[in-house]
Amino acid sequence: MSTRASDNRSLLMRLGIAAVAMFGFGFALVPFYEAICQATGLRNILQPDVVENTQVDPTRQLTIELDANTHDLAWRFRPTQNTVDIHPGQLVEITYEVTNTRDVAVTGQAVPSYGPQIAGDYFKKLNCFCFEKQTLAAGETRVMPVLFVVDPKLPNDVHTITLSYTFFEVEGTQAQKTAPGGRS
Amino acid sequence: MSAVTPDQLHDDHHHHGPTGLMRWITTTNHKDIGTMYLIFSFIMFLSGGVMALTIRAELFKPGLQIVQPEFFNQLTTMHGLVMVFGAIMPAFVGFANWMLPLMIGASDMAFARMNNWSFWLLPVAAILLISSFFVPGGATAAGWTLYAPLSVQMGMGMDLTIFAVHIMGISSIMGAINIVVTVLNMRAPGMTMMKMPLFCWTWLITAYLLIAVMPVLAGAVTMILTDRHFGTSFFNAAGGGDPVLYQHVFWFFGHPEVYIMILPAFGIVSEIIPTFARKPLFGYASMVYATASIAILSFVVWAHHMFTTGMPAATQLFFMYATMLIAVPTGVKVFNWVATMWRGSMTFETPMLWATGFIFVFTMGGFTGLICAIAPIDIQVQDTYYVVAHFHYVLVAGSLFALFAGAYYWLPKWTGYMYSEFIGKLHFWCSIIFFNITFFPMHFLGLAGMPRRIPDYALQFADFNALASIGAFGFGLSQLIFIVAVVKCVRGDGKKAAASPWEDAHGLEWTVPSPAPHHTFETPPVVK
Repeated sequence: MSTRASDNRSLLMRLGIAAVAMFGFGFALVPFYEAICQATGLRNILQPDVVENTQVDPTRQLTIELDANTHDLAWRFRPTQNTVDIHPGQLVEITYEVTNTRDVAVTGQAVPSYGPQIAGDYFKKLNCFCFEKQTLAAGETRVMPVLFVVDPKLPNDVHTITLSYTFFEVEGTQAQKTAPGGRS
Repeated sequence: MSAVTPDQLHDDHHHHGPTGLMRWITTTNHKDIGTMYLIFSFIMFLSGGVMALTIRAELFKPGLQIVQPEFFNQLTTMHGLVMVFGAIMPAFVGFANWMLPLMIGASDMAFARMNNWSFWLLPVAAILLISSFFVPGGATAAGWTLYAPLSVQMGMGMDLTIFAVHIMGISSIMGAINIVVTVLNMRAPGMTMMKMPLFCWTWLITAYLLIAVMPVLAGAVTMILTDRHFGTSFFNAAGGGDPVLYQHVFWFFGHPEVYIMILPAFGIVSEIIPTFARKPLFGYASMVYATASIAILSFVVWAHHMFTTGMPAATQLFFMYATMLIAVPTGVKVFNWVATMWRGSMTFETPMLWATGFIFVFTMGGFTGLICAIAPIDIQVQDTYYVVAHFHYVLVAGSLFALFAGAYYWLPKWTGYMYSEFIGKLHFWCSIIFFNITFFPMHFLGLAGMPRRIPDYALQFADFNALASIGAFGFGLSQLIFIVAVVKCVRGDGKKAAASPWEDAHGLEWTVPSPAPHHTFETPPVVK
């Protein structure tokens, strides 16, 4: 009976350690996922795109609509022009203007999205303010560029692309929160 | 929390210790704890059922009649959480507690004190979960999968849910460890692994799955918690996180979880069919290997829940083929059950009706699962009622029907009285007819494009929705018949049950008297 009790206890320990290890494994999936995304280039929203095809197609004209939003962030954020007409393959620069209306420095991160969604695969950004966090001093205004090429392989039925940015406040810098700095 | 010590073993006839309520709070007896698990899970089943009926009442006709959309979202979320973590999982743990020691000839579970603790965590978690309806902002409405970013943005009901999930996870892990240790170390002399009843095998494998994946779920909800309150950005895009990562972590838990809810059901059915076909189980060893194969494969199929998140085609193909591979061991099981019935002297008492119904309806759910596994089709039916129909066919007609089969099969052993065959059969026929009236039309609704989790719908879906709602109320009310059957049994309104009330039942549980005495197998039986 006593050997069975000690057998039971040692199995309990081993299974308990397995459970704790699996709790750690859940967190280990985070860097693993990031490494896979990096290796396969699945989610490189913070890196410049590689442009392969710069043959300008002058026979085709595209309208790029520019949109700007903020999410729980007291910034004024707008594009300096609402639309721009371009040809696929052409190198284009546009600008956005952002103002921090708060009385403290705030850090924000812009996240782009595209309409139609499929256009995102052909919208190559060489330079973008969304590649890094933007820290604006109290009351500061900044004009920020986006340099892009639309790949001429864009499907023919797409005539208008909406480029929409949303600025999020990076967690941890909000004035009303006292939590320490977030993971970058 | 050691094994049962000799000084507890003196007296079979008189129960020492507290009486009344304290008896149940302090009990370390596997039969008492199994009973409490079963009662708890049935109460949760009824609460989740009330939520489901509110959902179906709202969906009876187009437009908003009964509940507001916000509350509707809370109902769909809580219905899922309550049914999965409150009803189905604890019910199987209740069966394990009652039957495993009896089946392997052990006197109790390996860690009797821990067993008590595993159970009493559950009501605490249930109260946390249900009370979240009454906090400002209401319960979580992020869906039972608690997807980020919704779950990162919800009100404090979400925090209560996270803590409830933590507590239920701890309870499941302790229960699972107890089951592994009991099955591996506490078997009677001569009870080799390959002589164990299949229910023990399926539960052993399920317990390993629980130990492997419940901590991953705990990790996922912990990450949500720290994203919400402690400034991390695991899933927050603005801080460099990714909501899709949550889906990966969640489904790494979630897919093994669906097998956690079905493997013990396979075990119960594999006990019942040989008894009423009066033949040994066909292909016992292949059943064991098939169960293990399903468990191992369950770790490499999770992304089939996420075909629309924009993964590369190669990844979609891998998860599609891996998923379809699961049909092979599952098919082995279904064919083995059918082969067990083949040329058997079958009789259709209530447990056999439920088990046969299980095979029939569960297999339909399995086939729609295969259809959903095909990536190009899944992209069409993702988040439609087709998926709702699929998982209710495997979870209600699979897990729940097997639970009822097992309940009728072992009720004579638990209570000492036979249930009423008429009531049991009425329960079965009402359930299976209303079940199909409820969920079969959902296939058509999903194929026609009706999205799930939305309180209103386009007019062309009205007829099938009305039909499904009528079926749902019929199904819900049919479950009250089960209460009548059990109460009659417990009160002793029926024939007294013999030690082995079924003509051709094998297994150690039938060698002890009915009802099973408080202490059994204090001297281990010898299995030849």
